[in-house]
Parts: sequence; structure tokens; C-alpha cells
Amino acid sequence: MKKMKINKKTKDNIITYGIVLVAYIVMELLINTGHISSLMQGLLVPLCVYVILAVSLNLTVGILGELSLGHAGFMCVGAFTGAFFSKCTQNAIPADLLRFILAIIIGAIAAGIVGFLIGMPVLRLRGDYLAIVTLAFGEIIKNIINVLYVGKDSDGFHFSLKDSLSLGLKEDGEVIINGAQGITGTPKDSTFTIGIILIVLTLIIVLNLIHSRDGRAIMSIRDNLIAAESIGINITKYKLMAFSVSAALAGMAGVLYAHNLNSLMATPKNFGYNMSIMILVFVVLGGIGNIRGSIISAVILTLLPELLRGLSNYRMLIYSVILIVMMLFNWSPKLINLREKYSFKRLFKKTREVQ
Amino acid sequence: MKKFKKGMSLVLVAAMIMLVGCSSSTNTNTSDNSSSNESAEAGTSEAGETSASNGSVFKIGAIGPSTGGAAVYGLAVQNGADLAIKEINAAGGINGTLIEYNFQDDECDNEKSINAYNTLKDWGMQMLVGSTTSGCCIAVAAESANDNLFQITPSGSSVDCINSNDNVYQVCFTDPNQGVGAAQYIGEHAVAQKVAVIYDSSDVYSSGIYEKFVQEAANQPFEIVSAEAFTADNKTDFSVQLQKAKDTGAELVFLPIYYTEASLILTQAAAMDYAPKFFGCDGLDGILNVENFDTALAEGVMLLTPFAADAEDDATKAFVSAYEAAYGDTPNQFAADAYDAVYILKAAIEKSGATPEESVSDLCEKLKGAMAEITVDGLTGEAMSWDADGAVNKAPKAMEIVNGNYSLIQ
Repeated sequence: MKKMKINKKTKDNIITYGIVLVAYIVMELLINTGHISSLMQGLLVPLCVYVILAVSLNLTVGILGELSLGHAGFMCVGAFTGAFFSKCTQNAIPADLLRFILAIIIGAIAAGIVGFLIGMPVLRLRGDYLAIVTLAFGEIIKNIINVLYVGKDSDGFHFSLKDSLSLGLKEDGEVIINGAQGITGTPKDSTFTIGIILIVLTLIIVLNLIHSRDGRAIMSIRDNLIAAESIGINITKYKLMAFSVSAALAGMAGVLYAHNLNSLMATPKNFGYNMSIMILVFVVLGGIGNIRGSIISAVILTLLPELLRGLSNYRMLIYSVILIVMMLFNWSPKLINLREKYSFKRLFKKTREVQ
Repeated sequence: MKKFKKGMSLVLVAAMIMLVGCSSSTNTNTSDNSSSNESAEAGTSEAGETSASNGSVFKIGAIGPSTGGAAVYGLAVQNGADLAIKEINAAGGINGTLIEYNFQDDECDNEKSINAYNTLKDWGMQMLVGSTTSGCCIAVAAESANDNLFQITPSGSSVDCINSNDNVYQVCFTDPNQGVGAAQYIGEHAVAQKVAVIYDSSDVYSSGIYEKFVQEAANQPFEIVSAEAFTADNKTDFSVQLQKAKDTGAELVFLPIYYTEASLILTQAAAMDYAPKFFGCDGLDGILNVENFDTALAEGVMLLTPFAADAEDDATKAFVSAYEAAYGDTPNQFAADAYDAVYILKAAIEKSGATPEESVSDLCEKLKGAMAEITVDGLTGEAMSWDADGAVNKAPKAMEIVNGNYSLIQ
């Protein structure tokens, strides 16, 4: 019998896209029929943000094989440039969607450029050293934004690193980035639909990159640097390519994040190393190099603390315990053996064999 | 292994759908006012059903950080509001209607604060006391303005909390008010000629006060000789900032910061034999309760604060003893603000004659009308009244620490 042969990888990708689309359709149905709580509805955009972040970090950690702890820094760059652009052009471009799309593009490009610039010195390091340096860069980005004051008046833009008074704004001036107080009054343009479109876009970029010639070159660097170098692969080029694509995607997530909140501040909580580690946890729990796993773990770990709200202040404790249990269940070698012994597939097979 | 992964991901997806399913099914009864696609009428009628189905109680929600670094403030708000609501319920409620109370944690994170707000909305909240911190309050205010839900923040002091949202009111002074007030006080009472400022540039509250203080100082007969910043990442060693203040000969150091850092500054200044006058805002309230801090060092510190736990008036005494009995802790200004916020809500409801059967939006309109008319005598100020923009009018109180106690400067 002639069967249409689908490449195993293609099938794998279709499942990944399918999960996203099914999730979208289910949620849209729930929203339109009103069977969804305000909490869930409010969480939809943040979920999209974290999924994009997890997938983009998986490109660096899983495919390039370098441990980056500064991912939230790129998100921060994207968020602030995107929000800055929207705030400045709020009157000039009245069409929300157009402005938001431009903001996303600008945020992604800015984060990509920063990723490229940081990648040049940083990617000369490997392993732990690279992790520490990216951690430092992430913190530097956050701290620079915290002392940056930008205002706009009829004369144009004013910059300062001291305080908003030294901007010397005219009467009609407006402070756009107000140091630690960040950007207030970003238009709320992020929607679930745009979030899903961005997730699909991220998946297309990442999955196609992985399965392309460049992707294989990147993975060969991960698997054996010396061998890759010996067959003439341009190590620097491919490392930088993966790193800056990953940064640009994180910047895109940042723009989505910024346009979901009215007040955007670079606190240690949302753009500091806490967030970077959080994204890394998504990636590690979902499986390093496993894109679909990243999506699922990002969704579960973002929902979990909110769904545990009933436990009030114990929820962070329970959350950590569940995280430990999930990590053990997923990745402890003994448990993997145990699970394989009792997995559904095997059970099915056995029954089939019996028949 | 590969197969197993597939199996696992299926199981996880199933689990996820179940979780989502659970959460949505338990909430089908509650109204969903936020669904922006739906028409306003649908939203209000739903809200009406909710309050009707819940019997007649007012549902007051509160938001603040009860975990994490800013937990002190959130817990104080939680307890302060809780105490006021218990008192009101014990006395028979508002116009005979009891109050239900729900507090949600936001971890001092803007995004989490919105999640907390949505959780409360699912619960059927009609009025909000919160958010506790400025940043979260700005984020939540944008949401509550969308739903036209009445919000009163005990301690979100940034101007952005109330600007452009006419449904949001404040109990505390705005940051600019505090900065201007402090500068005027120092100038008018000729406390000092040369002033140094040490502030936290990574904190909205601190940098907000600092900016207005500097602006107002230009009109006052004193001079700012040094202005040094620190950040949240670097707030244990202040010797550089203090040395600079000392070298420039400042007679007064203005500290628009919270008490934890201020206690370190006082200790370190004493260690380097530098004894200027210290002047702070309401953030300094609580400095006498810092563990391992020699309160003798705080002698003579002046602060502008609306509330002091040691004040001698009957209302404060009753509040402090009730609070200590209930929660085993001395209340700070945040607790007093939240306590006042609930009583302000009570006064506004009584004035407007609102009932819990009304929709969230109608209730908000009624309360907005009432807020312009009422004056409330609270712990944090006498004869408090409100402008249409939501800022409070009350007289600032200056305190000085004398013999280990706050005493009011007349």
C-alpha cells in the first residue's frame, strides 16, 4: 500500500503547531461563550509572553548549547524600546494595530542588535564563564534602564542619567522614561490573538532554523566544537546567529509584555536574574532542546502559582515543592526507567502482543 | 525515550486542560465583567446577578504584597483593612449590610497585581482597597478604570495612580505633596541652611519625593549641597553618601526613604561622628521598631508622617491596642491607611445610600459622587476630603522623635 510518507521531523513540528492552534481555538471558544474566569483571561497574554521566552531561550541553551542567564535583559530591551516607540507615536499613528506591529518589529530589532553586540565578546567564553557573563550583562541592562531618563518636548528628545529635572524640559514636555519609575501609560495593545500569532511566528523561525543547514551547523558546534571547526564551520558566525535570533525573539516577547501593562518598570522581579532563571527553569523542565516541552512547561509553571491562590501565602512553598517533584519525575534516571516500564505505549503494545 | 516524551507531553497537555477546565468551571457562576468584547449592558447585568445571588453583602477586595521583600507593607494593609471590616461588621455593617473581605497577594509585581485583581473580580469584588505599592497600583488602576470599579489605594502614593483614572482615590499624600511639604517645612521653620539628600533612585516613592523636593527647594531659603542616590541592589553601605554630605557641611540630611535603610544610615553616621539633623517622610515611620537598632540614634529625627503609633489621641490608642491584640504587632502607617480606607468607603456608601444589589459600575458612579461631599476624620488625618482627581486634602503632621517616642511638633 502506498502511503504518503511524512518526515518524522515534519510530523513532530505539525504536532507542535497543532498544540498551539488547538489551545488557541479552545480558549477563544471559552472566551466567546463566557466560560472563562477573569483571572484566566488576564493570564492569556502573559502565557504567550512566557512561551515565546522559553522557546527563544531554548534556541540558545538547547540548540546552541550555551547556558545564558541574561535572557530577561533582552526582554527588557525589547519591552522598553517597544513601549518607548508606542508612547512617542501614540498621537502620530492612531491605528493601534499598525503601531503595535511597528513596535514589535522595533523592539525585536533593538533586542537583536543588543544581543549581537553582547554576543561578540561573550561568546568567546564557554560553559560556566559564559553563564556568569550573560548574567552580568542582564543585570547591566536592567540597571542602565533604571537610571535612564528620557523626555520629549517641542525641541526633540532630551536624555539624562541623573534625574528627570536635569532633562530641562519645556512646559509642553513629557517625561517618557522616568528612571526607576519606568514608562507609564503604554497603550494596552496586546491581545491573545496577537500573542498566538507571535508564538507561531517564533515557532516557525526557531523550528525552521533548527532544521536548516545553518541549524545543523549550530548543533554541530554544540556537539563537538573542534570537529565542527575542523570541517570549516564558521563558529563565530553561527554562534552569533543563534544568540541574536534568540535575543530578538525575547525582545518581541518583551514588547508583548510591555503593552499588556499600564506601567512598565525594570524591577529585579520582572527583568532581573530571577526572571532569567525562571525562563531557564521552563526550558530545563520542558527538556533542553525540546521546543514543545518548553511551551508546555512555560504554560504549566505560569499557571501554577495563580491556580494555587487558594492556599494564600503557602502557595509559593507548594509551588517550589511541585517544581522539585516535577523535575524529579521528568528527569531522574530511575524514574525514567520506571516510567518506561509502565508507560501507556508499552501497555498498549503488550495487549496487542497478547492478541 | 522519544515515545515516552510524546506520552509525557500528552499527559501534561491533558493535565493542563484539566486545570484550565477546573478553574473556569468553578468560576462560571461569577460574573465576567472584563470580557471587553461583550457589550457594557451584558457586563452590568451579569454583575447585578452576582451580587444578587450572593445575598446582600458588600464585597471589598484588597491587594498588596504579603510575600517577598515588601511583605511588611502588604501584611499591614491586609491586617489594617481586616480590623476595620471586623469592627464594622461587629457594629452591624454599613446601613445594616455586612461586608465580605478578600485579600490577594501580588508579590509587589505589576503583572501579579493584575492577576490578583482578576482573581478578586472572579470572586465578585465590588470595591477595591489597593494596591499597596505605587507601581502595582498604577497597573491595577488602568484595569479598574476599564471596569469602572471603585478603587481607593491606602498607600499608592504616585500621581500616576490617580491621574487619568477618575475612579481611583488615595488615602495617603501623593509623592509630590510630600516632597513639597518637606521642603516648605524646612524652609519656613528655618531648620537648616545647607541640606543633603540621600535617596533610593530605584524606588518610585523615593525618587518621586526627591524630585519635587529639589524643585520646591529652589523657592526656599536653603541650599541643597549634595544629592546622592543608592539603588535597591546596593543599600547596605552608605559611607560614601554620608561622607559627601559631611564634607559639604550639610546641617540637615533629608531622607525620603524607607526606615530599614534609614536605620543603617543613622548607625553609620554615628560611627563616623557625623551628627546632622535628619529629616524624613512617612517612610521613616517604623524606625523605632527596627531590630538591633539603637533607638537613641534616632533621637531628634524629624519626619512628616500622617500616623504615629504612639500618638496620644483616643482613636489611635484604640486602634493600636486592637491591632496589637489581633495581630501581635505594632501597626505602622500602612495599616492605619488601610484602616482609614475602609472607613472612607463606609462613609461614602452611607452618604450615597448605595446598596450591594447595584452593579459594580453604578456603585462606582454613586461612590464617586459621594467622595466629593464627604469629610472623614481618620487616624491619618482630620477632616480628610477629596478632589475630583482623587487626591486627598489633609494637613501634614510633623513629628520629632523625643525620648524614644514620636511627638507631634505644633
